[in-house]
Parts: sequence; structure tokens; C-alpha cells
Amino acid sequence: MSAPQDLEKIIIQVRRDIVRMVHKVNSGHPGGSLGCTEFFVALYFELMDLKSSFSMDGIGEDLFFLSNGHISPVYYSVLARKGFFPIEELNTFRLLNSRLQGHPTTHEGLPGVRIASGSLGQGMSVAVGAALAKKLNKDEHLIYSLHGDGELQEGQNWEAIMYAGSKKVDNLIATIDRNGQQIDGATEDVLSLGDVGAKFKAFDWDVIELKEGNDISAVIKTLKEAKSRTGKGKPVCVIMHTVMGNGVDFMMHTHAWHGKAPNDEQLQTALDQNPETLGDY
Amino acid sequence: MKKYIDQGKKDTRSGFGAGMTELGRTNPKVVSLCADLVGSLKIEQFIEENPERFFQVGIAEANMMGIAAGLTIGGFIPFTGTFANFSTGRVYDQIRQSIAYSGKNVKICASHAGLTLGEDGATHQILEDIGLMKMLPGMTVINGCDYNQTKAATLAIADHQGPVYLRFGRPKVPNFTDPDQVFEIGKAVKLTEGTDVTIIATGHLVWEALQAAESLESEGISAEVINIHTIKPLDEEAVLTSIQKTGCVVTAEEHNFLGGLGESIARTLTTHYPAPQEFVATQDTFGESGTAEQLMEKYGLDNKAVKKAVYEVLKRKA
Repeated sequence: MSAPQDLEKIIIQVRRDIVRMVHKVNSGHPGGSLGCTEFFVALYFELMDLKSSFSMDGIGEDLFFLSNGHISPVYYSVLARKGFFPIEELNTFRLLNSRLQGHPTTHEGLPGVRIASGSLGQGMSVAVGAALAKKLNKDEHLIYSLHGDGELQEGQNWEAIMYAGSKKVDNLIATIDRNGQQIDGATEDVLSLGDVGAKFKAFDWDVIELKEGNDISAVIKTLKEAKSRTGKGKPVCVIMHTVMGNGVDFMMHTHAWHGKAPNDEQLQTALDQNPETLGDY
Repeated sequence: MKKYIDQGKKDTRSGFGAGMTELGRTNPKVVSLCADLVGSLKIEQFIEENPERFFQVGIAEANMMGIAAGLTIGGFIPFTGTFANFSTGRVYDQIRQSIAYSGKNVKICASHAGLTLGEDGATHQILEDIGLMKMLPGMTVINGCDYNQTKAATLAIADHQGPVYLRFGRPKVPNFTDPDQVFEIGKAVKLTEGTDVTIIATGHLVWEALQAAESLESEGISAEVINIHTIKPLDEEAVLTSIQKTGCVVTAEEHNFLGGLGESIARTLTTHYPAPQEFVATQDTFGESGTAEQLMEKYGLDNKAVKKAVYEVLKRKA
């Protein structure tokens, strides 16, 4: 098991990757990416049981599905840092002929990605299907998924949540990025979600609240707790309270950086706050 | 002209159900999903024999498409089942992103396509589904003409890697093709030889085309009838070979003339061999309640409509 200080180095480097990727093409979504950095690092460097080579079917390993595909910068950075593809390829983010499309796709054959996402609300259903496949294959590995809180406004989620609870899909850990922000403002103002945990519980899910969604130790501890609660007849939901833009002070606590790139000066400020740890691409 | 015999009326959806039963016994990777329409899809036998490989998702078609995409990630071959309207228009974005763009091996099986669903009316009928599905990159689009062919198609698509839209219907229609036929995806089937006009039909309209051709023969008009069970990829070679011989074509389908088989044929002709064409199809309209036979007559989808279109196209032939 890696010591948290090693993970801290990865987290800081991933933040650098995110702001540099988005800055270079002057497009992309840094806010939610930064807010979920600790989650991705915990998942890929601590939690998931992964095979050394990528296969689409993923039999005999844990699988992750990103439903809110716009936070592709953090996904790509962590996949590259974990060795799924060359780190230098992060240079091609959102450029013509790249495998690193604006939103993740299987179309270009990027190792680590098993479903396209971008049009919101579809990932929970896919994760449920992959979890059912695990059960049919008698494969005891787990399915993890991540969903934005604003994304829960899409009705398909609730079809999937109802199904997973009703049919006891208990090898699934669905994580909600509860940062309270979406493009047009606070989720509370755009379309209030109310008590998300109570809603999942009402659909017969086991729910865990993670107040410190940007504290790597707390994230690891909670995800391990979630893992220990699988296989008990209920799907598990982790509601992870994060800060959009975490780690770059001027991007925090606002929806302004949901889908906006920093200029040269802002990039430098962001990089100064996150000095290079593992080497830039 | 070769005569085709009605071996007895059967619904194409039962051909799908029979195909699923056989797949349940022969292909352990095949799984079935349904959105509360098991009886309509005729998959009771598959479910009885393979309960662990059936997923009842309830009235939640978007979720069904996503679950199907997810099941492929474990190596399974999911066959989704609901009415054609709810298999396509209702879930277009889910099919587009999670299945077609993601290249998932999902078979979207759609019953009650077209007008002949009948009395339920326009909310449950769909005349746009072929167009919606053929516009998706990588999607194969199949519409069998009778029970036997729909069964054969169901078996064939399990062996095809990639997303497929399989369209079939509700009413009982003449079953006339060989029960042991080899179904080749993308291969047109020439049913009769002719020299004056080519009639290209798909689905229920193939039988109507054959009836029209027999009747035309008695009037001294020689029609070549081609069954296009695979609308995409289209067998352009077979289409062009026939039309280069006859010099004109009538296309017939239970679909809007916009976006259907007829438009695919028209594109082939304008690109390779311009020739007069008439469309037997619905004319950019929604359907309505009625019996299948009444609707076929009112909306011009029967053998009389095919004959009329042949007279028209012959007038325009150079």
C-alpha cells in the first residue's frame, strides 16, 4: 500500500496535468476535474484490483465507469500516470486525430476507457449492466462509477437506481460528486436535488456520506468502507462532498471554472500552487 | 415466374421468439432484456429455459439500453426487446452514445414496427425507425419479410460483431421463405427474374411485391422482385445489376418515404446509375388506429399500391 505522501505527489502532479491540458487547447473542464482528483487517485492507486494489461471485457479485475464525461482531464491524467498509455499523449488532449477526445470515447481505442460518456445520465445504467455481467461470469470483482450531482437531474439515473436497488445489484459502488455546482450555477438554485442520500436509501441502496471528499486519507477510508459493504444485498452509494476547483485557490467554491480554461497568467498561478512532483509531460 | 407459396400466416415477432429460443440453447453468451413486453416479444420460452440470462428491466427503456451496453463489457451478447417506437426514438441518444459510438455488441430487437401495429394508433407505431437507425455510424439495419426469415436473421445477428437493429412486426403475414435458409447479412435476395421493372421491397411489403408481380405478369409486365432484408449495409451491387437490366425501380416499405429503404436506393442510383424510381411508403405522415389491413390500404402499402407505382414508373422509363 502506498503511503499517503506518495499519493499526495500524484495528486499534485495530476492537478498540474489538468490545468496544463485545459490551458493548452483553451477548452475543457478543470473545475470538476480538480474536485475529483483525490477520488481518482485513491481509486486507481489504492482501491481497484487491476490487471496489468487492458482488455475491454475486464474479466477478473475491478472496473470503473465515468458517467460525467466532461471531467475527462482528471480521468486521462490518472490513466496515463497509472500507465494505461504514454504520459506524453496528454499533450494531444482535444486536438485533431487524438485518442483523448473532449469527452471519453472507446471509438479511438484509448486503453482504460470502456464506454463513451458526455451526454449525461447514461453511466449508471452501463455500470449496472457491467455489474450484472460480473455476476453472470461469477467474477467477484467490483464495479465503481462516478456521477456528477447535477447529472442526477437526468431521469435515466433514477431508472438505473431503481433497478439496482430492486434487483440487489450489490457488486456496484456508485459515487456522487456532490460539489453543489453545475454550469448555470449552484445545483440548489438550478434544480434542487434535495436529500440525495435519502433518495438513494428510498430505492434500497446502502448510502455512505463522505464529508471530506478532498482529503485523500478520508477518501481511501470511505471507499474501503464502501467495499466492505458490497455483497450484502444492496448496491452502495458514496456521496462525496468535494470542492469544485480544489487545489487552485481562484477556481474553488465557484461554478465559474466548470468549463473554462485559464489564461497564461492564471495557469502560472495554478502551477505555482502545485509545484511539479513527478515530472510534466 | 417462380411462384411463392404462403405456408400459412405467422407473425414475424414469433420468428424472433423462435430464434431466441434456439440461441438460448446454442449460444451461452446470448442474454435477453425486456421492458415489460415479454408476451409481445414472444420470448417466454427463452426465459423459461434460461432464467439467469433474462433481465426484466421494467418500463425503463433508456436504462435497458445502458444495461445492455454494460453487459457487453463482460463479454455477453445482449438482445433488447420492446416496441420499435420505444426501441429507437425514445432512446436515440442512449443508443447513439452508449451503443453505436461505443461500438458495443448490442442487438436492438424491435417488434410492432410500422403501421401494422394497428389499433393502438400513432403513439405506438413508428414510421421513422429505419431512418433513425441507418443514420448511426456502424449500425446494421435488418427487416425480415416473414417468420422464417426473421428467425434466420435472429440467429445470424448473434454471430455478427457489432450493433444491430432488427425490425419485425405484430400481425400475422404469409410465411413463404425457406425454413432452412442461410441468412447472409448484407446480401439481397432475388425472388423473381424480370425484365421490365425492378421491385425492391423490405419487411411485410415483400409479400405484397410478389403478389403485385404475379398480377403484373398476367398483364404482360415482367417484374424482378428483390428482397432487401438488410437495409444497411445495402447490397448495392445486386440493386444496380437489376436496375441496369430493367431500367426503373419501385421501392416498397412500411416506413416513411423520408429516411427509409427507398432513399437508400435513390442515393445509390444518383451516385451510380440514375433511373426512374417510385416510392411505395407512407407520405411523411403519422399513422392512426385501424386494423392492419385497413391501414395498409389507406396508406398505400399493399399490392395494389405496388402495381400502381409500377404503372407510374414505366411511364417515366426512357
